[in-house]
Amino acid sequence: MPVWEESSLSRVVPPARPRKLAKVPFVELAEGRLQGVVSSGSDISRVYVSSVAAGSFGLVCRTNNNRPCGGLRGGLCNHILALTGEAVLQYGGGRVARYLQTDTADADPAAQQITQAIGAGRPQQADDGAAVAGQVFARFLRHLTYLELPATTAPVPEMHWFPAVGAVA
Amino acid sequence: MRLDLLLGELPGLAEALAAVDAFDQALAGGLLRPQPAQAAGLAALADAVAASPLADRVAEAAGKAAAGVADEEHLTALAAARTALLGAVHDALLARVDEATGRTRDDAEAFVPGETPSPNLLTAARAWLCDLARAGWRGMDHELVSAAAPVVSALLSDPALRRPALLLDGFAAELAASCPGRTLDRIPLRRWADLWTRGMLLTRPGALTAPAATPVSGRLLPLGVDVHEHATAVQAQVHAVLEPADGGPSRLVRASVSAPKPDTVVGAGLWQLLRPHLSLLAAAGDGRAVELTGMPVTGEGDLLWSDEHARPGEQTDVFATARVALPAVTGGPAAPLDRHPARIAEPVLVEGYTVERDGEALVLASAAGRLTVDASRVPAASPLTAQAVAASGACIGLLRWDCGEFRLQPLAVRTTVRNKAASVQAGAWAGGTSDKNAAKAEKAAADAVAALHERAGRLLRR
Ligand SMILES: [Zn+2]
Repeated sequence: MPVWEESSLSRVVPPARPRKLAKVPFVELAEGRLQGVVSSGSDISRVYVSSVAAGSFGLVCRTNNNRPCGGLRGGLCNHILALTGEAVLQYGGGRVARYLQTDTADADPAAQQITQAIGAGRPQQADDGAAVAGQVFARFLRHLTYLELPATTAPVPEMHWFPAVGAVA
Repeated sequence: MRLDLLLGELPGLAEALAAVDAFDQALAGGLLRPQPAQAAGLAALADAVAASPLADRVAEAAGKAAAGVADEEHLTALAAARTALLGAVHDALLARVDEATGRTRDDAEAFVPGETPSPNLLTAARAWLCDLARAGWRGMDHELVSAAAPVVSALLSDPALRRPALLLDGFAAELAASCPGRTLDRIPLRRWADLWTRGMLLTRPGALTAPAATPVSGRLLPLGVDVHEHATAVQAQVHAVLEPADGGPSRLVRASVSAPKPDTVVGAGLWQLLRPHLSLLAAAGDGRAVELTGMPVTGEGDLLWSDEHARPGEQTDVFATARVALPAVTGGPAAPLDRHPARIAEPVLVEGYTVERDGEALVLASAAGRLTVDASRVPAASPLTAQAVAASGACIGLLRWDCGEFRLQPLAVRTTVRNKAASVQAGAWAGGTSDKNAAKAEKAAADAVAALHERAGRLLRR
């Protein structure tokens, strides 16, 4: 077996899995949070910016106009449930649970087990919710700009450090 | 091919890599308050280049770093020393490959520093890399790693800075997924030190050069497609034999296309991002030659593709190309800064083997020697599976080197089923496919991109 530490090409991050983006266009495990953006079911120009902090489970859910989500009083709102569900599709339950440090017995938990574990931790709304929502929304807009960056036919030798992810890992 | 030569020991290799490893350990702990073991690692790196022109600067840098007072120039000197060692390893490995294949190789052109686009931006990138080196992989946290985001965004917006942009974007994403560093139970020491080192040198003024290109005309015979990807970028490189119209010797060339991408576009969905910019992808998938007229090519053998210089040629067979054209080709040199073992990707044909299993790995075994197959590099969205390799009697692949050994990344295999020969290519779906699952995955990726465009249209320009 090759020595993982002595490989230039060790696989560190498993690839994201494809999922439908209409309802939850953006999910990431970043900045110590599960965070993302959930489309509003009623208003096509509104989105909710939602996050759960790793470890403390501090919750944030606000609209893109920075109004607090009414559903967050007394538990997890539908946006955070949807966000968690899509995160499990994209990253797998194991990676989401490890990142959030949820105490699930299952090594590869379903979204419902993760949201139950968050709920059992009696999560509070994060104090810095408005600031967090602003950051997450900015990261979403940044992610959208990747669609607009042009392709190039100049070689990028650095990409040799990032081999395609094969069926046999 | 002399497989036995690939299995032989290389003099000096173990010593060079030991110095690299010693430095990589030192970097992992961070250079803010180095421990004695880290000082020893830094000294080992300096010793390893003591006979080179870098000796004095690296010795000084190692001393400053060991005292916890290394500035950017010192860290750059350490990165240069590590690069020089791995460059020497690269040269020795490639010489061994050329010996095994009997291939001649052009000499590299002398390095001429390029103009520096956006120097302030590159300064910001280096400052982040220096902060990273001070914290080390064990000391990094979310705040430090996410400080890369504005720098990467700015790099991405300038096409001239695409190389450092894609490098730092992929690197920062890995670090972010691994934060905080103190909780890591294992660290990809060689890999992260490679990426850090490369970032330090690539963001140095003058390092990014627009390679001199000359127009070339002739027949291009594809050998296969190599795909690279991280969460937010993808690159395909088509390896091919170029038969110049002026009757000159055939040469190995590559054509590349890369694009930034949203992280949820993966697998078969990637081809649609690349296909419109490189008609060669479809030609390689369909098994056709391409006629080039005045296509720019660099001294390293990189075609700077533009479809206006290409038109479809006759039907070809990759195995015929590999048998007839490959033995006589001249290889291209690596650009001076690109000399690193991870960059070795040399097209070869292997045949007359039996396939053996070694644990989970497949090994091509013949009287000439044994060569392990690296099937993990074949994209998942491909008809070329491990089963196809196991059933094959001939394989076109890229010779690569990592973890102390050469391995073969398959680009195409020839199988014989009921006395009928068929070839299966890793890039068979590059131009499009009738495979039901792949077509479904392409459609899903197109839908995902459309959903993001819809959101971008409503939210981005407010
Ligand atoms: Zn909500």
